[in-house]
Amino acid sequence: MRDPSTEFAVHVSELSRLFGSFVAVDRISFSVARGEIFGFLGANGAGKTTTIRMLCGLLVPSSGSGTVAGFDVMRDYERIKHRIGYMSQKFSLYDDLTVRENLEFYGGMYGMSGRDIGERISELFLSVGLREHADKLAGDLPLGWKQRMSLAAALIHDPDIIFLDEPTSGVDPVSRRSFWLLIYELADRGKTVFVSTHYMDEAEYCNRLSIMRLGRIVELARPADLKLKYGVPTMQAVFLQAVSGDET
Amino acid sequence: MNRTFVSIFKKELIHIFRDVQSLFMVLSMPLLMLLLYGYAITLDMKGIDIGIIDQSHTPESRQLIDRIASTDFFHIAARDVPVDTIGDLFKERIARCVLVIPEDFARTLVADRDARVQLVVDASDPNAANFVTNYVGQVISRQNASGNPGSNTLFTVSPRVFYNPDMRSADFFVPGLIALILILISTLLTSIAIVREKETGTMEQLLVSPIRPLQLILGKVLPYTMLGFIDGVLILVVGSIWFNVPIEGSLLLVLVMMMIYVVTGISLGILVSTLAKTQAVAMLAAVMLTILPSMMMSGFIFPIASMPRIFQYVSTIVPATYFLQIIRGIVLKGNTLANLYQQAAILLGMDVLLIALAVRTFRVRLE
Repeated sequence: MRDPSTEFAVHVSELSRLFGSFVAVDRISFSVARGEIFGFLGANGAGKTTTIRMLCGLLVPSSGSGTVAGFDVMRDYERIKHRIGYMSQKFSLYDDLTVRENLEFYGGMYGMSGRDIGERISELFLSVGLREHADKLAGDLPLGWKQRMSLAAALIHDPDIIFLDEPTSGVDPVSRRSFWLLIYELADRGKTVFVSTHYMDEAEYCNRLSIMRLGRIVELARPADLKLKYGVPTMQAVFLQAVSGDET
Repeated sequence: MNRTFVSIFKKELIHIFRDVQSLFMVLSMPLLMLLLYGYAITLDMKGIDIGIIDQSHTPESRQLIDRIASTDFFHIAARDVPVDTIGDLFKERIARCVLVIPEDFARTLVADRDARVQLVVDASDPNAANFVTNYVGQVISRQNASGNPGSNTLFTVSPRVFYNPDMRSADFFVPGLIALILILISTLLTSIAIVREKETGTMEQLLVSPIRPLQLILGKVLPYTMLGFIDGVLILVVGSIWFNVPIEGSLLLVLVMMMIYVVTGISLGILVSTLAKTQAVAMLAAVMLTILPSMMMSGFIFPIASMPRIFQYVSTIVPATYFLQIIRGIVLKGNTLANLYQQAAILLGMDVLLIALAVRTFRVRLE
């Protein structure tokens, strides 16, 4: 039998997180293959963000076990950090720094040399397309561009696994679409993308989906299989049934 | 290690220089306070309004009045009003004190050599009342001395004042202000700089990167250390050029001690930042923790020895208490390290303790 920690980008079993007596994440288990686009669905407060934070080493799991990029989430979170990129729900770059300065700063956080950072920024500008905004203050950019910039910052150290926590919330459909093209590009280059979303059209783009409800994973399958299982034509209908608890 | 630290340091500098308003505040506040304490707030009294009721109308009484009028302590605000209106003079704030020279002043002065004048003082400000009584006493004793050269006093005190011969308030306040401003600026800016990252969500982005708490803390804090330091030097320079506060001791020693003291403020600021969730809370906490104790319980204005016992104990844990002794010692008395090693050691001990606490409480995970 092969070791699941090396076979999968993310492998989690019985992972829980409590806040006081509130169970935010309740013994979830799943695996994400390398190069997969893994979708994370669920109502607000279902435990998506808490799960992502545990996998990124921001929160200590209360119990259970898991590996990210082959490293233990309990013990080796400092090593995990080198291999993952994270883009949080909230725009979390510096408004008073230019796009380039923001990226340079985050490059420095990963201990990259000035030359490496410069080269990497040029690459990112090519793929993400921020070149014409490079010297504008981040605070002056429209939201769609801010999100591309956040993605670029999360990719600065060329991580293997990218966690995107509702990356497209509040963005217009055109920007969302072009953002998803970027996600596909990443997956094509072998990156694992772990993305949470509220948009059902985006859910369709994922290789596999998990639906969370009250801290538990209630569904985990490919979008087409889910629609088949529930006998409905859209992800919207699948989602509503899954989170309402009619179907277990 | 170094690249990360340098990146954070550079980023903080950009924050500082792009936020011109805050930078202006940070640099102008010490100067403003310096002007305030240098000019407006002074413990010396001059031009005290005095009322004089001369019932004697003799050359002797006029001589006494001339003597009072000739000092710049007093300004004669009322003359020969009825005795029963003295209360009104005080109520209307026309005079702070009234000197009543009785009808028999000249006669008893010559005949019995035991003349009495009455001084009525408004003691609603007891400190000022004290000053007034002292000043009047001094004028009168000088008058006595000139009246009878071979007087029968057994001995007199001739004071010789060290370190601040003119007893100027500025000499007292300018070094004191450094103690106040340094700790305020370093605590305030440090805590705000860190809490801002928490409030805007950028802290989360930093914590997913492999930085170490020490890199983050040092990189963030060092630029603000420099700002606090610049403020201290600014006060020192302006104080010595504009207010002629002499710097008797070693300037180098002053700078080294300032450094130790700034570190105290910074570690306080880091501690505040680990507890505060918003910038507003951090600001309030920093001000309460620094300004109040540094002003009230350190000897900045009020001597510690005359405080109630409990506040004397409190003053021993206020960093400003020690820095005030250090800075006044060096600037006014020309103290060397040999005179100040105790205070310096206590401050250093506080630094070590606070840094240890700060690093312990500063987490790389959210929870």
